[in-house]
Amino acid sequence: MTAALETFINNPLGKSVTIKDVIEDFEFLDDWEERYAYIIDMGKQLPDFPDDERREENYVHGCQSQVWLIHHVDDATGKLYLLIDSDAMIVRGLAAIILIALNGREPRELLTTDIDELFEQLDLFRHISPTRGNGLRAMVGKIRDIAAAQAA
Amino acid sequence: MTDLSVANTVARQMFDVESVRKDFPILSQTVHGKPLVYLDNGASSQKPTAVLDAMDRYYREMHSNVHRGAHTLGDRATAAFEGARETVREFLNARSTREIIWTRGTTEAINLIANGLAGKLKAGDEILVSFMEHHANIVPWQMLAERTGAKVIPVQVTPQGELDMDSFDSLLGENTRILALTHVSNVLGTVNPVQQLVAKARKFDVITVIDGAQAVPHYQPDMQALDCDFYMFSAHKLFGPTGIGALYGRESMLEAMPPYQGGGEMIERVSFERTTWNTLPYKFEAGTPAIAEAVGLGAAIDYLNRFDRAAMERAEQELLARSNALVETVPGMELIGTAANKVPVISFKIAGLHPSDIGTLLDQQGIAIRTGHHCAMPLMDFYGVPGTARASFAFYNTLDEVEQLFTALRKIQRLFA
Repeated sequence: MTAALETFINNPLGKSVTIKDVIEDFEFLDDWEERYAYIIDMGKQLPDFPDDERREENYVHGCQSQVWLIHHVDDATGKLYLLIDSDAMIVRGLAAIILIALNGREPRELLTTDIDELFEQLDLFRHISPTRGNGLRAMVGKIRDIAAAQAA
Repeated sequence: MTDLSVANTVARQMFDVESVRKDFPILSQTVHGKPLVYLDNGASSQKPTAVLDAMDRYYREMHSNVHRGAHTLGDRATAAFEGARETVREFLNARSTREIIWTRGTTEAINLIANGLAGKLKAGDEILVSFMEHHANIVPWQMLAERTGAKVIPVQVTPQGELDMDSFDSLLGENTRILALTHVSNVLGTVNPVQQLVAKARKFDVITVIDGAQAVPHYQPDMQALDCDFYMFSAHKLFGPTGIGALYGRESMLEAMPPYQGGGEMIERVSFERTTWNTLPYKFEAGTPAIAEAVGLGAAIDYLNRFDRAAMERAEQELLARSNALVETVPGMELIGTAANKVPVISFKIAGLHPSDIGTLLDQQGIAIRTGHHCAMPLMDFYGVPGTARASFAFYNTLDEVEQLFTALRKIQRLFA
């Protein structure tokens, strides 16, 4: 568990890498190829997901690919840490962007973030088919549920 | 032929794909700034203007409820609706329109039969299906098995994606009561030798049910030659509207089956003492039917009848042959389903890529395919894949579109490399 804990706490996504960086990067991407090459690269930055956590209770339903999501609340700071994994590269990349926006935040603060607005800013929804959009929403929905339960 | 159809008395047209494409308005649009390449016909195909116009004209000029009104519109609607039934009868070469039941589609047709056959099954009876069935031809039988104590037994599939005939022969026997088999596999494109299999099954007095959903967009099946008890398809895959399909049933089988749903239309007389059923086919058509959709389906068949079907099949086989030849140009690409007899459908995987990645990045290039398990999870398990990417062609697709698909796949492969 300590290894997993370190993975949670040391995940750079949402800490040293911020959503502002992503938004700035996106402005320089001209076409779908560059945009998706960037998203695929982001996916490669996801920390390793613990194998034994690929369990039914951590499975995110509503995605075309397999998606797992686990969380950890740091007692000292009250911050909510998240890990996501998927077998699809583009979903991994989108998960990385979600983590950059939402990882390592206090649950109450997390709940105030409008992720839809963020994705609109990135012009991502236009490029994501509704079925994949549903997968995104499923991930974000699960994170918000976790945050709401912690904040309660 | 319905009175709505475009005159079909002229000699059958030669098949010219460029002129055919003009009949499908939806095809001439761009997606993400690229010309649409629609290769998801196995999920649902596009509609020619003839179908759109027939449905529009039906609503503008003749809509009313059918079989009821003592007025002119009622008569017109009924004539159009029953005309469409006759068009389907002719398409399937059924003996009588009493054998043509409207359903919402293939899935509802299978459920209707599975329900109707409950009284014929007992514990220990066997329902033979195959590993390549769509869930719609598995789950209704599992539900029936649960009710009756019968067992659902799958015939094996070979690694190439053909039915394993040894497995079929060894599983078919005295306990088999129903054979429920797909004519064409939605994932693999395999055309099963259904005529031969139905003949084998009938020797054991087995009730034969053939799922024609993926077959009719490519072939015109002949019920009298095939000699199965039931055959069904969905209009929306046959270039017709959604929400309607047809079930062919051997008249004696339909007569012996109880109704599926109760309500208006399906009754002869209702009283609190005794209610009696209407005659075929109405016994199975409770409630107001999808009239405009039936008319649309009739128009779709009339449209297809304009062409030389053999020429269309040849054109489709060229699409398949070109696709097969291009597979080796994409590093890591592998076909799933390489049967000798196939409709133009290719399921594939590319090493290192998830099918959903492939689908997303093809969509960026204007190319529509299907990714996922294709409602055939047992088959996915057999091949050990979470899903496949599937390009399914229709007669309106071109060799140039095949080239575009493979150019796009090579681009995607490089993006991930």
